[in-house]
Amino acid sequence: MTDHIVSSYDVELDTLRSKIAEMGGIAEKMLGDATIALVRRDAALAQAVIAVDERLDALQHDVEERAVLTIAKRQPMAVDLREIVSAIRVAGDIERVGDLAKNTAKRVVAISNEMQPQKIVGGVQHMSDLVQAQLKDVLDAYAQKDTARALDVWQRDDRIDALYTSIFRELLTYMMEDPRNISFCTHLLFLAKNIERIGDHTTNIAETIHYLVTGKPLAAERPKSDDSSFTTVPVSGRQ
Amino acid sequence: MTTMPNIELAKATVAEVADEAATKVVAREVNVYYADKHALHDVSIDIPEKAVTAFIGPSGCGKSTFLRCINRMNDTISICRVSGRIEIDGSDIYDRNLDPVQLRAKVGMVFQKPNPFPKSIYENVAYGPRIHGLTSSKADLDEVVTMSLKRAGLYEEVKDRLASPGTGLSGGQQQRLCIARAIAVNPEVILMDEPCSALDPIATAKIEELIDELRENYTIVIVTHSMQQAARVSQRTAFFHLGKLVEEGPTEQIFTAPQDKRTQDYITGRFG
Repeated sequence: MTDHIVSSYDVELDTLRSKIAEMGGIAEKMLGDATIALVRRDAALAQAVIAVDERLDALQHDVEERAVLTIAKRQPMAVDLREIVSAIRVAGDIERVGDLAKNTAKRVVAISNEMQPQKIVGGVQHMSDLVQAQLKDVLDAYAQKDTARALDVWQRDDRIDALYTSIFRELLTYMMEDPRNISFCTHLLFLAKNIERIGDHTTNIAETIHYLVTGKPLAAERPKSDDSSFTTVPVSGRQ
Repeated sequence: MTTMPNIELAKATVAEVADEAATKVVAREVNVYYADKHALHDVSIDIPEKAVTAFIGPSGCGKSTFLRCINRMNDTISICRVSGRIEIDGSDIYDRNLDPVQLRAKVGMVFQKPNPFPKSIYENVAYGPRIHGLTSSKADLDEVVTMSLKRAGLYEEVKDRLASPGTGLSGGQQQRLCIARAIAVNPEVILMDEPCSALDPIATAKIEELIDELRENYTIVIVTHSMQQAARVSQRTAFFHLGKLVEEGPTEQIFTAPQDKRTQDYITGRFG
């Protein structure tokens, strides 16, 4: 896109974009590290994830302040207005991603001494891999203003929802098998929910990208496969 | 939805389009020449009744030229030639039998710089109704003057000094006096050519508030260089560039998601 007549306006918008890119990088690493920490039961790495969230919060604050200042100074119109509003929204979503990754890391710390069979965390790890790919794609789509890629992320979240439902069932089964699994599995369940919520934030960002580029909201209803709200596992021996 | 000056619409008979109750002014393929200079190219637009339509665009884009076509102000410029059709309520305003003076009573105008007559506040407003013979008695005229000043939001500020010169008022008050003068002859359309460009932000806010009130009773067309003003006061916006109407549509769409790249570049400050 052509530059503004006032070049400092372009500098302000570029700064917003680069701050968001930095936030995205941090959030991706937080989720990645939290997952590694889970697989390895690595409390130190989990603590590092918890600590870095502060930086993400500060960046979000910075993005919001800069956006508000730019609105006040430039009274942006059309694509510029959408860019700034989108920056505020996306920064909010990434900040929430950070919070959820942080909570994931906290739970990793809580269960770091429990040595349950590795297959129990396998499903969550797989889901996290999918969500990490979603997050990377949606952040790239944002940087490149690529609506097709954003739409792809938006539609793909369906798979994460479906996986979450199956993890929910699986963990319930483990808990029923052996009550000593309950504490671990409950943490794991919350952890899986956190990651599933991160997936939801990636779809929010995808919707924002669509608005940013086209000026219109993404109208259609997103496909959803999170059936965990309706899921129960029958206990044998009872009616 | 955008109504770009589209060929299908231009082909429709003027009468058909004018039949729509909400349309006050219909322009079709209006061209304006100043001697050899082709200032306005094929402008076709429908201006809705009792709403504010804003014309925006860089200096020299033709927006004021087009505005001045709507009350035949361009007739006063000898080298100016207008072709095409402009109708108000279905009647051709360029009809040879139409008296431009009557037209201008129906289509009032407010200019960039407040231009009150060097007369009293009262006389400024009373002048129009008097020459058009709109009132039958002094009491009647007093009533019109009071009503017009009230509608222009100026009455409370000047009611004790109606005999003082209009030129003694502040810039914003003078502009509201000019609006009172324009509405005193009971117009249907009010054209405003950058009415706030010489005013401070407070006076501007008062005029904008007034425009918002006036649109209940009048069709308003405003030329403005302030994009924010257009966004605040108008319901529809038309963007002119290099003598052409580039894009016209609901104001919120023009300022959030314009369809044409030239509109986008202009309103976001990418060219001037």
